[in-house]
Amino acid sequence: MTAPAPVHSDEQYLSMDLLRFTTAGSVDDGKSTLIGRLLYDSKAIFEDTLENLERVTAQRGEENLNLALLTDGLRAEREQGITIDVAYRYFATPKRKFIIADTPGHIQYTRNMVTGASTANLAIILIDARKGVIEQTCRHSFIASLLGIPHVVVAINKMDLVDFSEARFNEIVAQYTSFASRLNIADVKFIPISALHGDNVVEKSLRTPWYQGGSLLYTLETVYIGSDLNHVDPRFPIQTVIRPNNDAHHDFRGFAGRIAGGVFKPGDEIVTLPSGLPAKIKSIHGPQGELAEAFAPMSVAITLDREVDSSRGDLFAKPHNQPAVAQDLEAMVCWFNAKPLQPGGKYMLRHTTRETKAVVKAIRYKVDINTLHKKEDDLVIGMNDIGRIHVRTAVPLMIDPYKRNRSTGSFILVDEFTNATVGAGMILWPDGSERAQTEQFADMGGL
Amino acid sequence: MSSYNLTHLAQLEHEAIFVLREVAAQFERPALLFSGGKDSIVMARLAQKAFAPAKIPFPLVHIDTGHNFSEAIEYRDWFATDIGARLVVRYVEDSIKAGRCQEEKGPNPSRNGLQTVTLLDTIEEFKFDACLGGARRDEEKARAKERFFSHRDEFGQWDPKNQRPELWNLFNGRKNIGEHFRVFPLSNWTEMDVWQYIARENLHIPSIYFSHQREVVNRNGTLLAKSPFITLLEGEAYETRTVRFRTVGDATCTGAVESPASNLTEIIQEVASARVTERGTRADDKRSESAMEDRKKAGYF
Repeated sequence: MTAPAPVHSDEQYLSMDLLRFTTAGSVDDGKSTLIGRLLYDSKAIFEDTLENLERVTAQRGEENLNLALLTDGLRAEREQGITIDVAYRYFATPKRKFIIADTPGHIQYTRNMVTGASTANLAIILIDARKGVIEQTCRHSFIASLLGIPHVVVAINKMDLVDFSEARFNEIVAQYTSFASRLNIADVKFIPISALHGDNVVEKSLRTPWYQGGSLLYTLETVYIGSDLNHVDPRFPIQTVIRPNNDAHHDFRGFAGRIAGGVFKPGDEIVTLPSGLPAKIKSIHGPQGELAEAFAPMSVAITLDREVDSSRGDLFAKPHNQPAVAQDLEAMVCWFNAKPLQPGGKYMLRHTTRETKAVVKAIRYKVDINTLHKKEDDLVIGMNDIGRIHVRTAVPLMIDPYKRNRSTGSFILVDEFTNATVGAGMILWPDGSERAQTEQFADMGGL
Repeated sequence: MSSYNLTHLAQLEHEAIFVLREVAAQFERPALLFSGGKDSIVMARLAQKAFAPAKIPFPLVHIDTGHNFSEAIEYRDWFATDIGARLVVRYVEDSIKAGRCQEEKGPNPSRNGLQTVTLLDTIEEFKFDACLGGARRDEEKARAKERFFSHRDEFGQWDPKNQRPELWNLFNGRKNIGEHFRVFPLSNWTEMDVWQYIARENLHIPSIYFSHQREVVNRNGTLLAKSPFITLLEGEAYETRTVRFRTVGDATCTGAVESPASNLTEIIQEVASARVTERGTRADDKRSESAMEDRKKAGYF
């Protein structure tokens, strides 16, 4: 592997953007090899890291350089040869900076992939060209769909072992397309690769003349992410209120927070929720000074033209575009704890900057994540299970469906006694109505 | 129609500010760990922006090993005065004198591990419930696994196998009495991002990051600066080289790199073409394959 040194001129780094992606799969799929190659070819693996890797690999009596050791950073992981936790890796090309959330394929698989997927723009799903679409592919794709990852790249790996056969590639594309029609993934691309030999990873391969698309890295560098965040529905959850209490800024009262959707400008009419009081934006302060407009995911401080009683947990929206204000919600939940989700159980629920007590009023069904079947006779939602629930909160939440806004549509459940984060929720509808209960499974997959 | 895109550096900046504000909102007595090193300088800058025009609503805290570079200490004091922040300094020396920990033996005894004792004592003394650190995930493989909000039990210990999943931007800072959190707003930054940000913000940094002449001794490939804390071994001698520091920790375990880079543009170019990791010059990480993980479990930064 040779490493072309990327150039970071001043202008380039000031215009680079950021892509967060997740990779799901096991070592058998060549996932570590693929990540290793992306990191190495983009010069993100350093010589001392590589030397260390060689030394440890030799110590372990293994023959081939074990690239999994790059991401298996914990002692227990190296000892057992398994990945326990999400590892974050970083690399950059002159076009983009990349954050990889590398998630293990086997152990605690759902918990980790859901975590990695929650902030990802893109998921790489690896398929072994010899095996085609398998159960694991279904799980990965379902979670990508459930977590609303906007872009999916299906990397059909080990093409060298099927003689770079176009027919085999097309067969797998057809298999996947048929299965994925049950899900809601907006943008799917298929790339034939060999992670081991580098075909179509960084450079287009001469061994797949029939393949018209770009290499994997080219795809990562060019996929359009400008519309991944909601820039339509104005949402601003208040984190904290800034009051300098000094002479120079005596009257300054800045509502600080991160914009969760839409665009805000000075002069805009807003409504504060849940109180419903109106106000007008006086100024918006960003890290580089005052702003003419602000949009997700910017952290700003907003001042208003009048005194409004608002604090952490409240939300600014626009009078003509408001979220639902609700205490009852239907949601998909992923469970992370050994102690199963308790029907009737009380938890702390954290949604945007609001924390409240919540009770699980009903468990509607559990999803078999391998077959995507809905199980209504088995309602025990244990570690790594996914299901649909009805939750009621002690105070109203300002919510949007997760499908519309990943920020105002998501929440976590926290155990009141251990303080552990036990579940992650994606809101379907802001009520527990009949309609909600009778919605078909397809809608859930199409989250 | 305007384009709603942010550069990578702007995204990291907005993310870090969000985290800093979350700390101010979720905790009662946070502190910002400030060493005068480049990462903590960037973090302090972000804290200024997060709460402007108010002051940073928590103190800067430094655990002084007594083996620090004087340039970093001078910078630390100047910086705290400059931004009008409260600075709390606690000394490893005092912990040793009080019998709370023991000095290592050998030719370059490191106080790196001893910092943990002083740090945990300081946390207890001030009842800090969240300590902001400038650590980044790209620095070290155990750190690559750590959360933004990293829970510590009542003994200050990290339990890497039982971390809370961290989803979306929802940070769970709930804890029981006596426990605390370490929070890392720069988790997603790389060494390059930090330098680019220093350049963009035109931040002052301690002079030892820039090329200068210095007497050093080459010990097992690490260029250690001449200091009262290092005893020369047989056959060793100091020699003057043109060096700078890529990372600044204790003088006893931070190696210099030979470099002519004397301004930010040259440093950025050097970082872009570097072939070894930043912490490759840190002897404290080389003690074992799990050196960082083990220290972190015990309550290290």
